[in-house]
This record gives sequence, C-alpha cells and structure tokens, in this order.
Amino acid sequence: MAAPTDDTTAGGAGPIPGTAPTPIKAVPVRHPGRWIAIVVLAVLGAMLVNTILTNDGFRWDVVGKYLFSGPVLNGLRNTLVLTVLSMLIGIFGGIALAVMRLSPNPVLSYVAGLYIWLFRGTPLIAQLLFWNFLAALYPRLSLGIPFGPEFVSFDTNQLINQFTACLLGLGLNEAAYMAEIVRGGLQSVDHGQTEAAGALGMSRGQTLRRIVLPQAMRVIVPPTGNETISMLKTTSLVVVIGYFELMTSVQRIYSVNFQTIPLLIVAAIWYLALTSVLSIGQGFVERRYGRGVHQGPTGARLLPKRWTAGAK
Amino acid sequence: MTDNEHGRPMVEAVGIHKSFGHVEVLRGIDLIVQPGEVACVIGPSGSGKSTFLRCINHLESIDSGTMTVDGELIGYRRRGDKLYELRESEVARQRRDIGMVFQRFNLFPHKTAIENIMEAPCTVRRTNKKQARESARGLLDRVGLGNRCDNYPSQLSGGQQQRVAIARALAMEPRLMLFDEPTSALDPELVGEVLDVMRGLARDGMTMVVVTHEMGFAREVADSLVFMDEGRIVEAGVPREVLANPKHERTQAFLSKVL
Repeated sequence: MAAPTDDTTAGGAGPIPGTAPTPIKAVPVRHPGRWIAIVVLAVLGAMLVNTILTNDGFRWDVVGKYLFSGPVLNGLRNTLVLTVLSMLIGIFGGIALAVMRLSPNPVLSYVAGLYIWLFRGTPLIAQLLFWNFLAALYPRLSLGIPFGPEFVSFDTNQLINQFTACLLGLGLNEAAYMAEIVRGGLQSVDHGQTEAAGALGMSRGQTLRRIVLPQAMRVIVPPTGNETISMLKTTSLVVVIGYFELMTSVQRIYSVNFQTIPLLIVAAIWYLALTSVLSIGQGFVERRYGRGVHQGPTGARLLPKRWTAGAK
Repeated sequence: MTDNEHGRPMVEAVGIHKSFGHVEVLRGIDLIVQPGEVACVIGPSGSGKSTFLRCINHLESIDSGTMTVDGELIGYRRRGDKLYELRESEVARQRRDIGMVFQRFNLFPHKTAIENIMEAPCTVRRTNKKQARESARGLLDRVGLGNRCDNYPSQLSGGQQQRVAIARALAMEPRLMLFDEPTSALDPELVGEVLDVMRGLARDGMTMVVVTHEMGFAREVADSLVFMDEGRIVEAGVPREVLANPKHERTQAFLSKVL
C-alpha cells in the first residue's frame, strides 16, 4: 500500500527554505507474517508448476493440438457473436425497461414490472426452448388488425431459426436483469441533478440522456461487466436447442476421443482470455464515465498507468 | 434587460397555498416583484420560503392561488374560465426564462465548468457549440472564473462552484433569477465572493428573488424584504426599515436572534 501522500495535504505545506525539518529516524515495524506467507506460497507455487509439468494426464500436446483447431474456433466465434449480440439486446432493452419502470406513466411502469417479473422468474433453459418451439404454438406469425385483415404473414420456423431463438432467449432474459441494474443506477443519481436540469428548461428526455444516464453509468458499468462475463459462459445453454458454441464444440470432441481434461483446459484457456479482454475493456469504460469524480480503485488500476492515461 | 413598458410586475403571486400531505407549508402568500427589483425573503427554517421560491418556476405545483411571471400564468393555461394543466414540455419552455441557483449548487459533476454552462444553450436553445462556448467563456469571466473553464466541479471550491452555477443560469438569458439560500452551504470566507457576483447582477438590473440568511446583503442590495413564518408573510417592506425596527413581534424575535 502506498503511503498517504495525498496531493491536497502535501500541496500547501511545502518545506520552508532554511528551516528544513529533520526526518524521524526510527526502526520500522517488522512484518514477519509477510515473509512466512511468501515462503508458504512459494512452496505451493512450486508444487503446482511441478505437477502441471510432470503429470502426463494434462496432455499438453493434446491441448496444443486443439487450441486453434477448426471446430474449437468455430465454437469460439459463436460464443463471441452470441455474447455480444445478446448483451446489446440486454443493455438497450434494459435501459428501455428501466426508464419505463421509473416513468410517471403507470401503464408503462406496470408493463415493465410485469416483464421483469416474468423473465427473471422463469428458467433461461425454458425460455430458450420456448422460443425454439414457438412454431408449435403459432405456426404462422402475422401483422394485422385483431379480428381484421392481415397485412403480412410469416412461417414461424423460417422467421425464427436456431440462431434467432438463441438471441431472443438470451437477450430478452438479460434485458430483465439489466433493467434492474440500470434502475439502480438511475436512482443513485442525486435528485438535485434532475431539478437543476429542469430549472434550465431541459425536457425529461434531454435530462435523462445528457445528465442522469451519464452519471448513472458509473454505477451501471461494474455489474454490467459482471453480466457480460457471466453471459460468456451462459451461452453454453444454447446446446439445449441444438445450437453450438465453444463449450459444445469441446464436448463433442472429447465425447469422441475421451481426452476430457485437455479439452476442458482448451475451453478454460479461451474463456480466461476473453474474460481478461473484457476486464480491460471494463476498466477503460469506467475511466470514461468516472470523469469529474474521484477515481476510486477500478479494474484499470491493475494496468500500468500509461495504458489507461489516454482513455481519460 | 428587457423592460416591459406596460408596467406589469415580473412576479405576481396571489393567495398561494401548498401542502405536503397533511402539512400546510404555504398558507396564502401574496407577493409582487417589479422588473429590476431585488426581493429578499427571510425567515426561520421551515417557514416555507424555499417552497415558495420553488413554486415560482413550478418545481413545486401549487394547490390554490395563481402564480404569474411576466404576465404569464405558471404551470397552467386559462381558457375561458377553465384552467388547463400545462404539458411537461410547456412547463420546460416557461422555465427557460427563469434562472435558478440552488443551495447545494447542483452542478453537473461529469461536465467541466464551461460544459456546465454550455449544456442548456446547446440542448434547449440549439445554439451552435462555438457560439455557446464563446458566451460561456464570457459568463465565466463575468463571475471571475475565466481561468477555470476546464475544471470539473469537484476541482472547485464551494464558492467557485456556486459562481459557475450562477453563470450556468445566466446562460439562458433569464428575465428573472431565483436564489435558494445560495450561500448557506458555503464556508464563511467564501460567502463574500458569491454575494459580490449577486451584487453585480442586481446592479445590472436583473430581477431577483433571493431566499437568504445574509441580512447584510438584504439590507444593502435588496429593494424589498419579506419576512415569512409558518407559511405566511408576516411583514414586508423596505429592508432598512424592517431590519431596524420590525413591527411584528415574530419578526422582532427572529431578528434578535440572527442580527
């Protein structure tokens, strides 16, 4: 930990020329516990490295062979596409739902509440299967006036293929969770901000877009990072409707060659790589929305200063 | 400043009543503020003075009475003998011409001083950025913060923040300025710089309604002084006279404590 050399305290009280204070000479506090911890960790670390290198069960050759193989990269691509698209649906849907939930319009607020209740309250697997088998319920989907003429009509199975069913299932479910995260963020912004914007003649929409939402982002971003990283792995549920992504690809391979551990390591390496990239990205986004506020510890703290200084 | 040649008052409050739940905060307030006049409102806390100020720009709605600013009914429209509530957008349009300064500044913390000032002209009036920046710079100069354009509010002292907040309100070129205890959240040594800016505004002919505890400012700058207690105006008049020999015993009791 750094010594408390806060700029504000150090700024005013500089040394006066000629009367330089004599620094205290004292024996610093000893920390034997730290040394013991270092030794214990060093031993445990050495054991870990030893077993990873010498245990043939890891089959690092198999890991290397499959890490960049076609099926694995295909699965990886699907994982990425599903994560990005369903998080986009989730974030924008969540913002819309949160604004509706907080709206003075009781109908909008109630509808948003109902949506959140329904989509948070039922299992994601059930929702994925539901979207996939929508055709069983409605063989044709059409736009028209109830009890009146139809304008356009689609075959449900053509409109909703496996991929769209995945997106609908993951995205619409995520929107319900994001809605509560966004609502928390919006409500964390001081009411005085809304009043000040209102007193300047800004409309409700302008106040939300320009004043409240940018400040709420500071609170919204960290849990959204959580949700994104969680989504990365939740996408593996799409196997229930016969779609595939990283985890499914890996499972297909080891069900044939029985190299379960090495292939799980392949999957773990990719998930860890993606999670690391996302964490760094989160650090940048947090810096962006932390402008004008005291910079607390963020993910970006783990990076060297020069990496993130440009993101300010 | 826009003089109106009809001699109509800038603020005309008639019989304003306001309750929060069962608590009646305003019990019939009548007040007239002429263009160019500086009116100070004093009184003990809980007397309803801040609530009354917030009724002038419809941050609080009123339960009965009428509030008129520059001849325009606030928050409602009269057609025939019926009153219609204004839409949010119409209320927003009315508020453009009424500047407000808050006790706790309420600057936008994610924007720099100059961005705080440019915000409303750019989004509400659709002024182009370059022009808005130029006039914002001028306003910052006017409140003595020309060298603080790019500082975030968190990097400014309380007094500086409040001066930016005044500049932000002025950017919309209001006809009327409302001040809600603008110096109450400040360290004593910072009060002066904010009052100086307000004094300058008064000198330039701005119509101002100021809720304050600064009796010196009231005596020196205000054209009229209003003493409120328990939701009513107890006494009103020329500041020097009210402060020197208050007629009402409640005014006497209050002034004996604060002077």
